[in-house]
Amino acid sequence: MDYSQFLAMKQEIGLLVIFLFVFFYDAFMPKKSQGALAGITTMLFGVFTLYGFFCPCLNGACATDAFAGMYNTSAIVVAIKNILNIGVFIVLIQSMKWANSEDQVIRRGEFYELLLVTLFGMYLMISARHFLLFVIGLEAASLPLAAMVAFDKKRVESHEAAIKYILTAVFSSAVFLMGLSFVYALTGSLYFDAIAAKIAAEQGVMLIVAVAFVIAGIGFKLSLVPFHLWTADVYQGAPTSVTSYLSVISKGAAAFAFLVIMAQVFGTVYSQVWEWMLYALIILTITIGNLFAIRQRNMKRFLAFSSVSQAGYIMLGVIAMTATGVSSLMYYILVYIFSNLAAFGVIQAIENNTGMVSMDDYKGLYKTNPRLSFTMMLAMFSLAGIPPFAGFFSKFFIFTGAIEQGSIAIYVLVLIALINTIISLYYYLLVVKAMFIHKDECKIANFKSACSERVAMWICVAGIIALGIVSCVYNSLLDLTNGTSILANLF
Amino acid sequence: MELTMLYYIIPSLIMFCCGVYGFITRKNMIAILISLELMLNAVDINFVVFNRFLFPGQMEGMFFTLFAIAIAAAETALAIAIIINLFRVAKNIDVEDVNEMKF
Repeated sequence: MDYSQFLAMKQEIGLLVIFLFVFFYDAFMPKKSQGALAGITTMLFGVFTLYGFFCPCLNGACATDAFAGMYNTSAIVVAIKNILNIGVFIVLIQSMKWANSEDQVIRRGEFYELLLVTLFGMYLMISARHFLLFVIGLEAASLPLAAMVAFDKKRVESHEAAIKYILTAVFSSAVFLMGLSFVYALTGSLYFDAIAAKIAAEQGVMLIVAVAFVIAGIGFKLSLVPFHLWTADVYQGAPTSVTSYLSVISKGAAAFAFLVIMAQVFGTVYSQVWEWMLYALIILTITIGNLFAIRQRNMKRFLAFSSVSQAGYIMLGVIAMTATGVSSLMYYILVYIFSNLAAFGVIQAIENNTGMVSMDDYKGLYKTNPRLSFTMMLAMFSLAGIPPFAGFFSKFFIFTGAIEQGSIAIYVLVLIALINTIISLYYYLLVVKAMFIHKDECKIANFKSACSERVAMWICVAGIIALGIVSCVYNSLLDLTNGTSILANLF
Repeated sequence: MELTMLYYIIPSLIMFCCGVYGFITRKNMIAILISLELMLNAVDINFVVFNRFLFPGQMEGMFFTLFAIAIAAAETALAIAIIINLFRVAKNIDVEDVNEMKF
């Protein structure tokens, strides 16, 4: 066996090293040095994130294949993993105060271990070029998350959310595997490229059924609309740190994996088999997510439905199936990470200090906590897509990427998405209105949020403001995809 | 009588549909979990049968089944752990009573 192939998976190995370190530190270090665990993990992960930007693979100067082509990495895959790393780093900083709080301190190590393992699973999902590895990654990414959702042992909601999450996750993976078995029956292989070559030659009803099952399986993780029913309950019941992880990292990784599968496996049957499926899903996702978000009063449920509709916009980058679509999807998720984490940072700070999560409690927040409400306002503006914040540019680029595909149907789709952006402005501004307009009834007294929470929020605010204006970020993502006409070769 | 592929595929599809039906109609969480196992096992049968009858020269489907069985076991273990925890807190595992959060 050629052991040098492990060098292709540098980032996975780095992550495993951090995981093992945290695991042994948690298990064997004396009690008085346990307190440093949160800080050490965050610091190590920060170094690891930085390493990703200097990884030789980013310039295409490393081995790309491992395990007989089951695993693959390239410059664009490393860039995708870097985007996820940034998000995880912010989540780690945000959750520091919660992890060190009195109720959680005994289980603090487990939180970090589970989180790192799920990230490892997401890496595998993105890098897999064989469905066996992909399924292992998918399960490694979703099973520990269920344990994380059930982390608040004393709250019934937390357990209820976990049971809803695990049952729907297993159901969706069973459906996904069923579709996969049809794909196997049709092609006789589970390698992405072998399947693509085989189904390009002939398509039948069986293939359509198989693709529908596969889309349904991954759609559950992405919470696209007919499969979104778990989202709101799980987001509300889970501890807020876990919710923010679920809503940005888990969703982002699923979106990237979806893109890779659609481009690599089913890219050859784009217009015959799945363009219209995704078309219907996108319209449903954006519209229904928006309509349900309007009536939510709990902030976490509200952000859950907002993230459902954001998933629809993310899918616009997949349906485009162009190089611009890919880079705009990466940019969109990067911006989405910053804006959503800013919103969750504020929610978390307020929940940690006062225990309030309802939108009505936010009335008059500007009077008592001007900085928090300002951060929240930036996040809402960015999510809604108001210039000059990053959210505007990400929406702009993703619409551009979709339009480049060129058919009339896509123009109509983008028009529907645009109308929905205007609807979404209404409910995002409801939060801003509650914070700034109702000045006489303040429910939340002035408080000082923890240092770690403030750092995380500053990073997010800097990201929201800078990412839109500093154009080199989008340009460097565009450079990664430039000059490829066949999307399957990109990854 | 010769056993063709259909003799295996039809029972496995019936199993899968029973699983889906049970997942939707059962009220007890353990029963729901059993239904999920039915679905996962139907998939395993599918993979083995397709491998055996359609592509006898290779082992890909068999290996996939081995991994799928292990993953299904992990899923069940975790789900049961969560159900037990829920039972400790709420003293109930009927899905109609676990409804703190709605709409």
